[in-house]
Order: sequence, then structure tokens, then C-alpha cells
Amino acid sequence: MELEPLLINFGKIFVVANILMVGVAFMTWVERRVSAIIQFRLGPNRVGPAGLLQPIADGIKFVTKEETLPAGSHKPLFLLAPVIAFVTSLCAFAVVPFGPVIEVAGRTINLVILDLDGGMLFALAATGLGVYGIVCAGWASRSKYALMGGLRASAQMISYELALGLAAVGVFLASGSLRPTEIVATQAGWFWHWNIFGGFQLVGFVIFLVAGYAETNRLPFDLPEAETELVAGYHTEYSSMKFSLFMMAEYIAMFTMGGLVVTLYLGGFMPGFPTGELAGWPLWALQIGAFTAKLGFFMFLFVWIRWTLPRFRYDQLMDLGWKRLFPLALANVAVTAVLVAFDVI
Amino acid sequence: MDSLQFFGFVIFATLAIASALVVVFHRSPVISALALAFNLVAIAGFYMMLNAQFVALLQVIVYAGAIMVLILFVIMLLAISNEAGLHKSGRIQTVLAPLLGIACAAALGWGLWGVGDANPLPVSSADFGTVNSVGTELFSTFFYAFEVISLLLVVAMIGSVLLAKRRL
Repeated sequence: MELEPLLINFGKIFVVANILMVGVAFMTWVERRVSAIIQFRLGPNRVGPAGLLQPIADGIKFVTKEETLPAGSHKPLFLLAPVIAFVTSLCAFAVVPFGPVIEVAGRTINLVILDLDGGMLFALAATGLGVYGIVCAGWASRSKYALMGGLRASAQMISYELALGLAAVGVFLASGSLRPTEIVATQAGWFWHWNIFGGFQLVGFVIFLVAGYAETNRLPFDLPEAETELVAGYHTEYSSMKFSLFMMAEYIAMFTMGGLVVTLYLGGFMPGFPTGELAGWPLWALQIGAFTAKLGFFMFLFVWIRWTLPRFRYDQLMDLGWKRLFPLALANVAVTAVLVAFDVI
Repeated sequence: MDSLQFFGFVIFATLAIASALVVVFHRSPVISALALAFNLVAIAGFYMMLNAQFVALLQVIVYAGAIMVLILFVIMLLAISNEAGLHKSGRIQTVLAPLLGIACAAALGWGLWGVGDANPLPVSSADFGTVNSVGTELFSTFFYAFEVISLLLVVAMIGSVLLAKRRL
């Protein structure tokens, strides 16, 4: 095995993981500031310019807090649970292409960590495994609130995984591939070639987005940590950095879900207009910028919706998942298949 | 099998065997279920090493990501705390289980004996195991088997719905 591709891969992983970490820190600031603005407050604005250094202060606070271990908890699983949640959500981002194939110093570098033929399945598998972190946390805490949170999480994520996967099948049919880089490549040119328009996937887009919110446990689907009923759900008993890992896992899962939505439906790193003569670094910078801008919009949407919509009731959640989204996603697959068969797409 | 592949095989084999032993011997049903999920992921690692990435990913999505989560859900919902009661086995089991286990191991061992080194696996083509090639095989070579299995699954689904919901 040659050393150079290995080093390039490690480099990509290092850079992407660090950018995600900084993004998570930035998002906690965005979340608190935007929620404050929505509620006519100011939010954290004291630490650094406009409160931008607040996440660092939070980080220091998390590290220096006391680690607690509830009596009667299952210690190995209790320690392992945040790690599972964090690692799986970080792994899922590996298949999201965040830029084109670029050339640096004579080496071609594909700006996606894992360019797998079944890449989209990899993302679904990793998010599917993410539920173990929550379930383990709920069970290992030996606390009724945490257990209820874990139970809810497992039921909710299983239910919405179906709708999520089926909605994505529409895109697979329209693009004819499961490889994220190929899905992006079919959406080149004007923005009406994007799958949401050119692939007739508007319904699939809405289903995927809603199911994605449920999959990342964000409001209005944050039943596993509903604070009015369950204190804090599955992470009730967690303190200091272990709690922080759960929070980072949630934000990284948001980044992954946003990245998947952009890749599947909104042209990935394609800027939405023909780039013509543009080549080399200006083109690559434009494409990476386009991806970042689209991802940024969806991250803002996550926050916006969280502070706008109230939480679902548990039976409403299950009704929506099984009786509305799931049949709708099936119908979407059937319609897309017919459209593909008659060469409309 | 080059050295890197061998290294991977040893790691996955150790993880798979260790987690399988935990499934059988651990007294807590939740730990057993978690170990089984881990075992399924380790097996997916084998598939990945054999270039069967589509099967590997489906294995993780369907078995580890869905079925095992449901099993865990049921175990946790029932809150099985009386762990000792679970390990009582009837007389038939104590006699039949070892016999069947030995028979199963013998059958597998007999099958492995015949393979040996003399009969290496054919070198796979570049697109072996991709979604495209698996799909093409399913809908050409194995078309009838595939359709029969899907029919079987539909029957099983209708049956389970009927069992769960007596009055429709």
C-alpha cells in the first residue's frame, strides 16, 4: 500500500473533522443568539466581539465540571454511549462531497473523504447506528427519565429512518446512482437541473427534510429529550464533557443531514448556474463556497424551526411518521419510477 | 491475501468471535443484544473486505440499524430485571441444544474441510459487489428466486399484521 494516498486521506479527515468542530462551536453561538433574537432577548454578547468567544468559555466550563456517575449505572456502557453517538455522527459526514476534484501540487484530491459506490447507504447506516448511543445512554443511566428518552429515541429513529431512506430512493432513481459524487454531477448547470426541480423531487425533499429533523432529534421532534416531561431525556444523568459529546454529536448530525439534503436535492457543491470558462482555483473556490452557503442556510433553518414550532405529542409523532410520511414516500418512489421509465427525468 | 488484508481479517475475526461469546454467555439481555449488534457490524466488515460493499452496508442498515434496535426496544420496554429466571431451560433444551450445536458445527466444519487452499476464489471484477452489479444479478440470473422471496415477505407481512391487529 502506498503512503501518499493514505496521507492525503488522513489530511482530509483531519481538516474536515476540525472544520466540523469549529462549526459546532460556532453553531452553539448561532443557536443561542438567534433564539434570543426570536424571543426579543440579546443572548450571549459579553465574551469577545458579539459574544463570539462564548463557545470557548463554554468548552472550558465543560472540561472543568465534575464528572458524575449515577449510582447503579452500568459503568462501561455509560462511558461508551457518548462516544458511540459522537463517532457515528462524525462518520456519516465522510460521504458528503463538499467540493469538486481539485489539483494541488500535481496531486488530484477528491474533496470527499469516502467516495463509495453505495455512499448514500453508508450515510444511512451510520445515522442508523447513531441510535445506539442514545439507547445505551438511556439504559446505562439507570434512571427512569433517561430510559424513557432512550425508548422514545429508538422507536422514533426506526420509524423515520424508513421515510428518510425511501425519500432518498426517489433521488437514486432520478440520478441513477447511489454515489454522492455522481448524484452531484448529474445536477450540474442551471439550478433547474437540481433534483428538487429537474428530478421532480419536491415531495421527496420535504419528506427527507422532515424525517431528517426527526432523525437528528431536533425540535419539533425532540421527544427523546423533551424537557417538560423527561427533564433532559437520555442525557439527564450526564455531566461535563460526556454531556458535551452528546451535544456535539447532535450538531454534527445536523451538519451531516444538511449536507445530505444539499447533496441529494440542491446540487451539492454546484453553484446553480453554468460556470463557463471558469477553471482552476476560482471555480473550486466558487463551488466550495456554494456548498458552504447552502449548508449554512440549512443550519440556520434548523435553528429557525427549533425556536418557531412547538413540540409534537408522541402519538402525533408516530402518526406523522407511519401514516403520512411513509405512504407519501412510497408514492413518491412509484411516481418517480414511472417518470424515469417514460424518460421524463 | 496480502498482509494488510490479513491484519483486517484478524481484527474483525477477533471482534466477531468475542462479541458472539458475549451474546451467548452474558447474563444481561441488554448487553447480549448490544453485543449481537456489534457482532453484525463486525460481520459487515468481512463483507466489506470481500468487496461486497452493498451487502455489507445493507447488513448494517437492516440488521444492526433496524432489527437489533427493535429487539433492544422490546427488552428495555419489558424491563426484564428477573435475569435469573431467563436461564431456566427445560429438559428438552438441555439435551437437544448441545446435540444440534455439535451437528451444526460438524456440518460447517465438513464444508470447510473440502474447500481448503486448492480451490481459491475467482478474482472478482472491478464492479463486483457494487449496487449496480448486485441489482443486475438479482433481476436477471436470480429473477425468479428474488420474486419468490418478495412474495414470501409479503405473505409474512400480511400474517404479522393480522396477528397484531385481530380486528381490522
